[in-house]
Formats: sequence, structure tokens, C-alpha cells
Amino acid sequence: MTTKPVFAAVDDAAPLTHEQLRELYSLMASVRHLDSAAVAWQRQGIIPGYAPELGQEAAQVGSGYAVDRSRDFVFPTYREMGVARAMGLDMVGYMSTHKATWHGGMYNPLESRFAPIQAVVAGSVLHAVGWAHGQTLSRLPEGETGVAMTYFGDGASSQGDVHEAMNFAAVMKAPVVFFIQNNGWAISVPTERQVAGGSVAARAAGYGIPSVQVDGNDVVAVYEATRAAFAHCRAGHGPVVIEAMTYRRGPHSTADDPGRYRSLDEERLSAGEDPVERFRQRLLADRVADEAFFAEAQRRAEKEEEVVRSGIEALGPRPGAEMFSLVFQEPTPALQSQAAAWRKESEHA
Amino acid sequence: MPETITKTPGTATDTAAPALHMSMQQALNRALDEILADDPKTVIFGEDCGRLGGVFRITDGLQAKHGEDRVFDTPLAESGILGMSVGLAMAGFHPIPEVQFDGFAYPAINQIICQIARMNYRSRGTLPMPITLRVPSFGGIRAPEHHGESLEALFAHVPGLKVVSPSNPHDAYHLLKYAATRPDPVIFMEPKSRYWQKGPVDVTTATPGPATPDGGMDDGGSLTGARVAREGRHLTLVAWGAMVARCLQVAELAAEDGIDVEVLDLRWLKPIDAEALARSVGKTRRAVVVHEAPLTSGLGAEVAQLITQRCFDTLKAPVERVTGFDVPYPSGDLEDEYIPNIDRILFGIQRVLEYRRG
Ligand SMILES: Cc1ncc(C[n+]2csc(CCOP(=O)(O)OP(=O)(O)O)c2C)c(N)n1
Repeated sequence: MTTKPVFAAVDDAAPLTHEQLRELYSLMASVRHLDSAAVAWQRQGIIPGYAPELGQEAAQVGSGYAVDRSRDFVFPTYREMGVARAMGLDMVGYMSTHKATWHGGMYNPLESRFAPIQAVVAGSVLHAVGWAHGQTLSRLPEGETGVAMTYFGDGASSQGDVHEAMNFAAVMKAPVVFFIQNNGWAISVPTERQVAGGSVAARAAGYGIPSVQVDGNDVVAVYEATRAAFAHCRAGHGPVVIEAMTYRRGPHSTADDPGRYRSLDEERLSAGEDPVERFRQRLLADRVADEAFFAEAQRRAEKEEEVVRSGIEALGPRPGAEMFSLVFQEPTPALQSQAAAWRKESEHA
Repeated sequence: MPETITKTPGTATDTAAPALHMSMQQALNRALDEILADDPKTVIFGEDCGRLGGVFRITDGLQAKHGEDRVFDTPLAESGILGMSVGLAMAGFHPIPEVQFDGFAYPAINQIICQIARMNYRSRGTLPMPITLRVPSFGGIRAPEHHGESLEALFAHVPGLKVVSPSNPHDAYHLLKYAATRPDPVIFMEPKSRYWQKGPVDVTTATPGPATPDGGMDDGGSLTGARVAREGRHLTLVAWGAMVARCLQVAELAAEDGIDVEVLDLRWLKPIDAEALARSVGKTRRAVVVHEAPLTSGLGAEVAQLITQRCFDTLKAPVERVTGFDVPYPSGDLEDEYIPNIDRILFGIQRVLEYRRG
């Protein structure tokens, strides 16, 4: 596994400070806690469904932490809660999609720089290329270019749109980071039955795109690879492919039964080191943080989960009128009359 | 750019501004040129639309004039072109993508339906999609398979999309300029068999004056609605795109037999101008819908329902449909059998005129 990025531009940012390392840990602790809480909420009937990311905290937090929210833009799928948290999204707004309040989530994509949550796998990979090409067309001064980062899985990489996106991005030299979380599974299908050619990163060579496979359980390695990729894109060298090797512990979604395609023993053997525990040991060994810090991080994560949960519980359904009013910027007469009929009939009922 | 535009004497009334005479291809080209000049955020792209100017030359000369940032060739991938449009729109641009032929919109259907049509909704109105997708549409040019399809019902059925089809150069010019300045996604279906037909175009106003025999000018209806292409008393032919010209021909022939046919050019296939339908059929009390697309679940059914709902009491006959058939679009030799021809439309007219309540 290549863990040293081979990108054209030099990433001259300073190494992470102790403060930043602790912040990364706090984010991972928050994400771990919120993620397991969301699964519990589903079991308790607070939300109808959720796509957990147990084991992917380092890949998500490490990459999301590298985003510059003043100029970059992230195109997620349905499993990027950790990226959202690392980018400082309103987490009630994020979780509202899992509450079935609104498909794309209730956060503001323009302000948060995080596109609406996306259920079509690979659906937004091309959007990232279009957005990134818009950066090129805007002819910004050197170094001010925003970079698009698109997240997708090993399963999604089988979609034709990923090929079109990589080809477009390479031809147009678009500043895009293709961030693949290879978590070993696409629902029940393992990567070896999904990805020909050994890895997604290997494909990048065919497009002339520099790529790196990174240990997705190592938050610092992920952060550094992403930061280097951003520097490469910003310097005008075109797209980058990062494949973070992770493992999806537990089910694909709260509706999934992983016992049908693998055993717990297999899961224990394949999952590798827990990214949160591993980072904790490293911070302890390097004397960057102590037990008191970890306890405090956990306490804050729990507090935060309570705030998000009560926010989610307080969310009522959206007013039905929004169903009609948000389809178009300029509604059609037919839609307006459907809305009027709905209003009349639902008021009557 | 093919600036062979000449003034045509006597096509407009004395008081109206003098009209130019040009083909629909020239009218569309001129509209795109002006859109690019007026709005620095507009970008035009697709397969071969840069240096070549498109296989139909609709974007001819635009790259040379406006630069490669504004008008550019993409790799040959429709999903890529439409998916890229989403990102460009999110970045504040106004994309006018082109798919080369209607049948090649199918590989991009996922991006059109699941992404373009939904992003405004999904984002609660924060990410509008001001995208005008130009689709050379319908048959009539004896092209190979997939080079002539009628996708209007498919697009019109999708929540979040708007659909329009011009029938003449004047409307093509104005409707394209209008569509391209809207904040919602518009599928702009260009009747490719009409690209080279010339007609009067008044670039100074969308509503210059009375209708002309070739249906080339607006009757005063607004650009957002349908247009009465020919006034008549006995029945209404409802059509759009290339079928409007054919219906006008049919109306001339019917007039020889004393049948006074009104031709309603729907223009917008979503939203459909139901008021114009009601006005016209309320007057004539009989209607025939003519379209190239297959019969079953075609837009003709939608039009018939809108008419029935509004004119049920005054209708003298059920609304008739003259359409393509439920077959894959046939090859050139059978094209004339497939597309509604003059005889089939006349039979349709006969059916509504001779209808007797059982
Ligand atoms: C186009 C499409 N087909 C099928 C699905 C159903 N589906 C949802 S997630 C998934 C597996 C995705 O696997 P991967 O891309 O590896 O991401 P992961 O869920 O493992 O994070 C499938 C088949 C979908 N959402 N979109």
C-alpha cells in the first residue's frame, strides 16, 4: 500500500500541532458516539433508519478536517456523517434526513459547503467535476481555487458515472479529489467481487490521474494525504484519487443483517485495528493527551449527542405546503392548483 | 456564423417592426450568441459543439467569438455532460448543455431525473438548477436508429422539469432566450426536421403582431403559453414542434372542403397552457391532438384530459388523437408511415366531425 502521496505540488503546510491532534481525536470521539447513538435511536423508534459508519471515523474525520470551508465544496453520499461533523455542520440538520424529515437534509448546502445527502450511489461524483470545472472557468488567482471533494464507495466505483467523472476531470484538469472509502463491502458483496483490477486507486493510472491508497484507519495519514491532494488541485495540476482502506464494522444500514454474508469471527479478523482506539494509544504514547482529556472528550460527545437527539425529537414534520413550493423556483400553474386542492381537501379532513 | 439573414418584405404588418428572415438553425444560433453576450455566467457545452459548431451547427461560430471557456467540447459521455451541468449550476453558472440527438439523452436519464430535476427540491430551494438542455428532437430526417425520438412525455412526467418545443424560427429565438434565463431546468426540444426552414423572426419583440400563414409569428400570446397559429371555427388541431407546420398544411387542405380548422401550437409541454386549450376548444367544440410520439401514455392523453375537464359540456365529440404508433421509431423507409401524415390527420378530423352520440 502506497501511503506516501506522489502529487505534483508540495504540501508546505506545517505538521499538525498537538492542539489539532487533540481536536482530531475529539471529532472522532464525537462521531463514534453519535454514530452508535443513531443506531440506538433507530432501535428506539426515534428515527426510521440510518447508515452507520463504525470503523470509518478516521477516513471521514481525517479527510473532512482538510476541507477549507471558505472555498472548497464537498459532495457526499449517505454515509458521510463523520465528514459533516468534521466540517462543522448543523448536526440536527444533517440527521433530519434519517428522521425522514427532508431527503437532502435540513442544513444549508451553500453555507456549509456540503451538498445535499445523496442516495444514488455515484450520483454526485459528476457534480463535483462540474463544480470544480466552474472553479477553473472562474480564473481565480493562483492558490485561491476551491477544490471539490467527492465521496463514494468501492461499490459505487462500479458505476459508469465514476468512469465518466474521472475521464472528464482528467481531460479538463478539474480540481477534484475523488475520495473513495473502500470499506470492504457494498452491502453483502465484498470488494474482490466488486472491483476488478485490485483497487479503485489503480484505475486512476488509466486516466493519468495521480492516486494514493492510504491506511483509512490512520486519521493523520488520511488528513495528510487529503491535504496534499488539495494542494495538488489548487496548484492547477488537476484531479487526484485517494482510496482510503477501511472496514465497515457491523451492518450496512439499520435494515441490514450482516450475519447472512459474514460471521462475527470473520469481522473480527478482517476489521483490523479500531481507528479510534489506535489514535488514542498513539496520543497517549506521544504524550499529546492524557486519560483526563479522553474522559472529557467522551463527556462532551455524550452531551452533544443529547443535544442532537433532542433536536431531532423536536423536529416536527415539514408543513405539507413545502412539498409543492420547493419543486421549482417558479412554480407551474398545474402545481399551484394541485397545492390549492390539497390545501382545501386537507383542511376539510 | 451563418449571417445570411435578410429582410423579408411584406411578412409583417406595416406598423410592426421589420422582421428578419432566417432558418430555425440561424435563429437558435443568434439566440445563443446573444445569451452568451448578455450573461457572462452562461456556458455552452456538449459533444462537438465547440470547434465544429455542433452536428446541426446550432452553436456555429460561438466558440470562436466567445472563447473556449464559454463554449466547449466535452468527452463523449451524456451522463457526464448532464452531471457536470449540476455542478456548474451549483457553482453559479447557467449551463446550456446539448445532447447531440434525442436518443442519446437516455444514457443521461439518471442525471436528468434523479439529479437535475430534484436538486432544487432536495436542497430546499438553495441550489436552483438554471439548466437549459437542448435536445434536437423528433424524426423526419431519415436518420439512423436513436437519432429521432419523441421524449416529451417522459420529460414532462418528471417532477421538477419543464419542457418546451418551438415550431418556427421566431419562437425558437424567443423561447430559447426565455428558457435560458429561467431559474428552473428546461428541456428545450428542437424539431430537427425544421432546422433549415426559414421564416420571419422579429428579434425586437416576442409578440409582434398577427399570425402569418406559415405560423411564423406570435399571435400576441405570451411566451409562457400556447399560441394560436391559425384561427378557425370548426375544430382545433393541437400540436407542437414539427407537427405544427404539418397541421397548418392540413388546415389549408381542409379549408378547400369548407372546414375551418384552428391550429393551436402548444409550445410548452410542461406546464401545458390549459387555459389556451379551453379557449380554443371552448370555441370550436372539437379537438384532435397530433404528435409524433407513440400513442400509449403519450402527451395526447394529457391534452385530451385537460380539454375534457374544461370543455366536457360543450364538446361535440371525444377528443381524437393522431400519433406515432407503439413501436420503436422505425427506419427511414417507414418513417412516413409512422409520423402522422396529412391523410391520417384528415381522417382524425373526419372522426370528430362525423361523431354521433350513440
Ligand atoms: C444507483 C444505485 N443502485 C443501488 C443502490 C442501492 N444501494 C445502496 S448502498 C449500496 C452499496 C454501496 O456500496 P459502496 O459504494 O461500497 O458504499 P458503502 O455503502 O459500502 O459505504 C447499494 C447497492 C443505490 N443506492 N444506488
